[in-house]
Amino acid sequence: MELTVFIIKSITILVVFALTLVIAMYSTWGERKVAGFIQDREGPNRAGWGGLLQPLADAGKMFFKEDFIPAMASKWLFIAGPSLAMLTALLASAVIPFGSTVRFNGVEVPLQGVESNIGILYVFGVVALGVYGIMVGGWASNNKFSLLGAIRAASQNISYEIAMGLSLIAVLMMSSSLSLGEIVSQQHGGNWNIFYQPLGFIIFLTCSFAECNRVPFDLPECETELVGGYHTEYGSMKLGFYLFAEYINMFISSAIISTLYFGGYNYPGMDWVYTQLTSALGTGMGHNIATLIGTAVFFGKAIFFIFFYMWVRWTIPRFRYDQLMNLGWKKLIPLAVINIILTAAGILFLRPLIDQILN
Amino acid sequence: MNPSISFFYFLSFLTILSALMVVISKNPIHSVLYLILTFFSISGHYILLNAQFIAAVNIIVYAGAIMVLFLFVIMFLNLKQDQADSKANLTKIAATIVGGTVFVILFGAYRKTTLPAVDTANYNSQVGMIENLGHLLFKEYLLPFELISILLLIAMIGAVMLGKREIGERHF
Repeated sequence: MELTVFIIKSITILVVFALTLVIAMYSTWGERKVAGFIQDREGPNRAGWGGLLQPLADAGKMFFKEDFIPAMASKWLFIAGPSLAMLTALLASAVIPFGSTVRFNGVEVPLQGVESNIGILYVFGVVALGVYGIMVGGWASNNKFSLLGAIRAASQNISYEIAMGLSLIAVLMMSSSLSLGEIVSQQHGGNWNIFYQPLGFIIFLTCSFAECNRVPFDLPECETELVGGYHTEYGSMKLGFYLFAEYINMFISSAIISTLYFGGYNYPGMDWVYTQLTSALGTGMGHNIATLIGTAVFFGKAIFFIFFYMWVRWTIPRFRYDQLMNLGWKKLIPLAVINIILTAAGILFLRPLIDQILN
Repeated sequence: MNPSISFFYFLSFLTILSALMVVISKNPIHSVLYLILTFFSISGHYILLNAQFIAAVNIIVYAGAIMVLFLFVIMFLNLKQDQADSKANLTKIAATIVGGTVFVILFGAYRKTTLPAVDTANYNSQVGMIENLGHLLFKEYLLPFELISILLLIAMIGAVMLGKREIGERHF
């Protein structure tokens, strides 16, 4: 039994890992297609049908470029930078629930790498570590522009982490659980957190833009001020890893947003679909297909948020650095604190009142 | 051997090795990175003790926030590899005496301590879980908890006061 559990877990984790990579890979294609759509042009259309092979072509190009390490750079840390960025980006997907359970011969397999009772704290810890890849790489390049970019990235990330954590606390107060699986199953039946936490959602979304270093908060790679930012000295696949880590972070944060605020794999009318499928196909097969539909819905939500990231990127110009810091410290943090107080008041006073009226 | 015992030995080895490397390594940036590794292996120990919440908080607070600031400051200081005043004999002698005294104190304390025997029959393995920890903190240790939060608030206000820009002062 121990061995079966181990094998099942390994397969789940491998599948999650592969899916994350594939989605991040096709986000690079999607980004250019969305940019093309918004700017009224075609986007990539040469490699494969509709440019679908473009990510592979890019990867090939990146791999065959010269792998260059600057002479005065700290060699090991220069290599460690992009590796750390990739590692921290990929770690977070382990606790995300992609669907409910799949039944095989009476064994229920949850579609989640690891079900942990500190799931969201784990994600938060991994996000907090994301800054090391950038800082180490920027410092190891031995270039003042890289160092400035790295310092900017670090101060931006640790500033927005506070507002992010505070906006999460309001969700945790409602769910009274840190486990992501538990948070998702509590949102069953259209009971999505977005309806209770609209302000918290907006704060969380803004902070995740800043944590992923995306426009309008891509100050770490502000080319008008910093040449190229923290990856000025990087080339070939090492640069590719930095850029790729950004796309993985985008997918992870989209998945987390849809898990926390948009009900994860829940969708309206899923109970009706479930009973229809189980009565038509039997409990095993019907259950599995219902789970797969839920997973597809989850990925649909996540991909919508990836699209939202791209949409914002090609719509809104970049902030100035002092505006970024003022927004983070003077607006988002007080708003998040107010949101916590409002949520606490709602749980303490409003919820008993509504319960009384309903009964 | 029991897998958790072998994990324990591996993590202890890693902790001590990386803690030693913090002291030994010449480059302060390397020291900070080894210190982060030390925090990670200590978090591994917490997970072995089934205290996942403390493990996660240790990583978030120490590795994720405090060490970033350490790295930040050291990167800006741009310390030279061979700085003259860090090699003075007086500093070395003072450091040896202080370190030796700490070692003697710790060793003395270790010799005086009597570890309570583990009651394996009545031991609750879920004691480190976040729900149990929360109940303990907010029921039995409510007053110390609130006092610590006031202490942190005072520290925060102090930091804001120190970092506040005076009227008429310009930094850029």
